[in-house]
Amino acid sequence: MKTVTSLGAWFLSWLEAVGRAGIFLAQSVFRLPVRFNESVNLLIKQLYSVGVLSLVIVVVSGAFIGMVLALQGYSILAKFGSEEAVGQLLALALLRELAPVVTALLFAGRAGSSLTAEIGLMKATEQLSSFEMMGVDPLRRVIAPRFIAGVICLPLLSLIFSATGIIGGLVVSVGWLGVHDGAFWSLMQQSVYFDTDIINGFIKALCFSVAVTWIAVYQGYECVPTSEGIGKATTRTVVLGSLAILALDFVLTAAMFGDF
Amino acid sequence: MSALDAYIDVKNLSFFRGGRVIYENISLTIPKGKITAVMGPSGTGKTTLLRLIAAQLEPYSGSILINGENVHSLSRTDLYKVRKKMGMLFQSGALFSDMSVAENVAFPMEEHTLLSKSEIQRIVADKLHSVGLRGAANLMPSELSGGMARRVALARAIALDPELVMYDEPFTGQDPISKGVLVKLIRQLNDTANITSVLVSHDVEESLSIADHVCILAGGRVIAEGSAEEIRASEDPEVKQFLNGEPDGPVPFHYPEDALANEVVL
Repeated sequence: MKTVTSLGAWFLSWLEAVGRAGIFLAQSVFRLPVRFNESVNLLIKQLYSVGVLSLVIVVVSGAFIGMVLALQGYSILAKFGSEEAVGQLLALALLRELAPVVTALLFAGRAGSSLTAEIGLMKATEQLSSFEMMGVDPLRRVIAPRFIAGVICLPLLSLIFSATGIIGGLVVSVGWLGVHDGAFWSLMQQSVYFDTDIINGFIKALCFSVAVTWIAVYQGYECVPTSEGIGKATTRTVVLGSLAILALDFVLTAAMFGDF
Repeated sequence: MSALDAYIDVKNLSFFRGGRVIYENISLTIPKGKITAVMGPSGTGKTTLLRLIAAQLEPYSGSILINGENVHSLSRTDLYKVRKKMGMLFQSGALFSDMSVAENVAFPMEEHTLLSKSEIQRIVADKLHSVGLRGAANLMPSELSGGMARRVALARAIALDPELVMYDEPFTGQDPISKGVLVKLIRQLNDTANITSVLVSHDVEESLSIADHVCILAGGRVIAEGSAEEIRASEDPEVKQFLNGEPDGPVPFHYPEDALANEVVL
């Protein structure tokens, strides 16, 4: 009986947290900015720190994953004498699955954690209270630009990941293993469809970006404003963010590619 | 004191946090145009009082009237309007770490006024001059000493010419010279700009030296209220213990505990 009660209590508190996070998001994003020019400036600043500064890690990991994928794919495909299909394999695996998921996981570690830590520290040093005391809504001023920047950046980073992955795979399979480059590109062109593969991958990345950034800014805003609290909140961002990505990925894949 | 010259009226206020009583039915007055010091031992919720006045926290019961208006019954928009007439100096300064000193001071004006860039620049220079830091306008908050950061925060708090400035522990962690500078500044600002000041502190000497009106809080109650002279002359043992810094007295040295015998395992 006691377990049932505590399970119920846990579920209720979970629901409450989800509700709070929803209201928090609505209050910060779904309101018109007061001063348009300033909001644009704030957004550009965040696009830079969330997006541009994540480029290096995304490009490097994209290239390596493409290279590994080409090596593994080649060794199996060669057994069937169809090593030219490695281009097709690369493009489909990256666009549909690996690019959105791996980029989102990297994004949670690189940008999500820093968003949480930054907002948490602003809370601990009373900067958020200070905004409030000046009659400036911290949700609009601090949270909104960070959330919007995250949502814009992740899908674009995922596309860049796909592109560098394909180039990495091309270098390994065509440049090193001797796959015919004409066959590499033509098989890829033949099997990749814009709406099923590229758009679906993009939608996945968009869903992940909302989930990860939402978790990151909420954890920062709601953290206990001590060094320990900020540490815990940052960990929660990465853990919850990664789990959310993987769970969402299953649901989305089932809906997009599952044959029911 | 007549009811007319009260700027803030705290009436029968109760506040609890985590099952602990912070305030139980307290009432106090903050007179207009004067410096009021709210003193008391650490942990009596002095900062909480400021947050209640600014309506960042909701009281459990009772009300706080600012200029006759109950701040806790205002809508969010109206509350933000009232807050524009308040300045608050946080304990840590709370400067925005991604902006320079001048940008920090300019921020409230950019946000709430239609002044031109050059006008704002002029006012920023003026406010920084009044705290003696016009030369530091282009430094970043991380390059300032603690005392300087607090003075910049003060310049920012008065940027919109508020009616009320609240100081949260302005003297804590300051060297004697900085303390002296802050005391002088607080007095000067209050008198020249006709501001109502509320000062929360446990630094007895500094507070009593500038306060026109003093409230002492302890154990969730107001144990004394009056002018600095009246407080100094008080015969109340609790007040005397606090002012003289005696380690034991009506306010016990020990945190509430069981009898030692009950804890010793034989």
